[in-house]
Amino acid sequence: MTAILVILLMGFSALNAQTPDGKEILRRIDQNMTSENRVFTAKMIIHGRRSVRTVESKTWTAGDSKSYTEYLFPVRDQGTKMLKLEEQLWIYSPATDRIIQISGHMLRQSVMGSDLSYEDMMEDSKLTSHYNAEVTGSEKVGDRMCWIVKLTAFDPEMAYQGRKMWVDQERNIPLREELFAKSGTLLKRTELSDVVNLFGRWFPRKMVFKDVLKDGEGTEFIIGEIQFNVPIPDYVFSKASLKK
Amino acid sequence: MIKFLFKGLLRDKHRSLMPLIVVAVGVMLTVFFQSWLTGVISDSIEFNARFTTGHVKVMTNAYAENVEQMPNDLALMGVDTILPGLKKDFPGLDWAERIHFAGLIDVPDAQGETRAQGTVVGFGIDLLSGDPRETDRMNIRSSLKKGRLPQKSGGILLSDAVSEKLKVNPGDTVSIISSTMFGEMAVYNFILSGTVEFGSTAMDKGSFLADIGDVRKALNMEDATGEILGFLNGGFYDHELAEQTTIDFNKRYSRSTDEFSPVMQTLKEQQNMGILVDYSYKMLGIMISVFLVAMSIVLWNAGLLGGLRRYGEFGMRLAIGESKGHVYKTMIYESLLIGVLGSFAGIAIGLGVAWYFQTYGINVGSMMKDSTMMMPAVMRAHITPETWYIGFIPGVFSKLIGTMLSGIGIFKRQTAQLFKELES
Repeated sequence: MTAILVILLMGFSALNAQTPDGKEILRRIDQNMTSENRVFTAKMIIHGRRSVRTVESKTWTAGDSKSYTEYLFPVRDQGTKMLKLEEQLWIYSPATDRIIQISGHMLRQSVMGSDLSYEDMMEDSKLTSHYNAEVTGSEKVGDRMCWIVKLTAFDPEMAYQGRKMWVDQERNIPLREELFAKSGTLLKRTELSDVVNLFGRWFPRKMVFKDVLKDGEGTEFIIGEIQFNVPIPDYVFSKASLKK
Repeated sequence: MIKFLFKGLLRDKHRSLMPLIVVAVGVMLTVFFQSWLTGVISDSIEFNARFTTGHVKVMTNAYAENVEQMPNDLALMGVDTILPGLKKDFPGLDWAERIHFAGLIDVPDAQGETRAQGTVVGFGIDLLSGDPRETDRMNIRSSLKKGRLPQKSGGILLSDAVSEKLKVNPGDTVSIISSTMFGEMAVYNFILSGTVEFGSTAMDKGSFLADIGDVRKALNMEDATGEILGFLNGGFYDHELAEQTTIDFNKRYSRSTDEFSPVMQTLKEQQNMGILVDYSYKMLGIMISVFLVAMSIVLWNAGLLGGLRRYGEFGMRLAIGESKGHVYKTMIYESLLIGVLGSFAGIAIGLGVAWYFQTYGINVGSMMKDSTMMMPAVMRAHITPETWYIGFIPGVFSKLIGTMLSGIGIFKRQTAQLFKELES
């Protein structure tokens, strides 16, 4: 009887030893997903109730506080630029030649009618800087075995106070995510796919966002060209660059 | 005999003046109370109709489901064909296209960067076609506080409170940021033509009006509109008529399986207005009935007392040989004369007071500072066909019934008893 118990305990301990710590999983995700800076082109396919629209853009980001996006397509949005510095966002509209500041709760509004908010669009912060994590189980997403990780924000300013992630056990990339408000209300669902190895890191090229509080079939965010840790001149992240 | 009774009433002020004054005052109060309550309640309903619901409204099925969110991505398309059809099929209504949307108003500094911002609700209405119906309907001319109505494309009217808060004046440029009907970001520059104050906190807290043509350009809504509002030609909401129009329209044009198919809703079907309308009219009916009963009791009592006070006189008349029936008949005729004359006087004075409050109203805006209900700040009376005759109920009938009841005593009492009363 004692022998059986010892075997069972050893087995349980061995299993437990294989499950990484939640914080460690977040660190590994950060290694893949965040960078000092990056430049990428992206295509956003917005599946509305009435029509499907495609928006193309080029984005420059530095850390989690600076980001600059220029819209390239469609023609009506061409030349629209967004600059995010810390918690503030400026939008340049070429049709009116105006630089308009968006701040506070307005940052949580939809970008171009998509399922992404300005915050989602500009976010590139490290998960370890804002969340505590706990592994709650494992589950398959498609043919990939994933850890189920529950994230709780310790930063009260975070737009999503809770997250549930299905993290690829081998590649340390979230493949599915649910984002929650402080009240526990589910706000968004994301599915990440088309994971490729770029410059020694795993990165999902396609993300499908679904704002559960919004009608429509969700928004596909497809990354085209991407470069990590390339030098970006300082003037890119200045208001002067908006009118250029 | 009427002439004889009339002369008697004129000569004996005790029999005529006081009862006449009592009847006139009672009738006047009834007339005014009825017109005031009707005015306050129907104004609240019409205010909502003129600004948001219409007497009927045409939208897409999908828009109607989320109408509070002003979802212009679900707007009606092909308005150029829908509107002429509505005008042809339902000529008893006046049709108006509206685009209702939420946005951000941004005021630039000298460098063109944000100086001040606020959230606003926009109304795209017909301001520039030269047809004054929409401006009249929303009472825009008399709501102007500064500046003037837009004279050309690109003009905007902003609520005065917002203009004060953002420190903008007529002639200044402001940008409106919103979403196009396809979800793109919409940024559009307008020139502030004037400021308005509607007297409704819900409207004055943060709204602006622009010509629907400009709003279409700004929101990329060519040949589209969020809503088409229908107003009954009578000027006031008539539920039966609105309901019949809605049934006819939906039978002909609406398909429940297509979320972008047009659907018509009556005022009562929109935004909990049904509860408001039903409750308001029930309350109106109850309040008028209670007042009418109270006033009837007062005037009935006046008739009763008037009859009882004259028992001595009746005793004398019976003693000199007048028949009981004749005494009773003259009492009724006298009462009828006083009731009719008093009612006419009361109705005339009551209508005059009601007309004054219908024209000038009472400003209760300060009491509704924090109210978000769509209510007019100036409460007015409303003279309806009922106002002209409702005063006759307590004025003539109650007085008459009172007199008839008191007169029964004449038949019940013996002549000797009436003589005894005469001696006392």
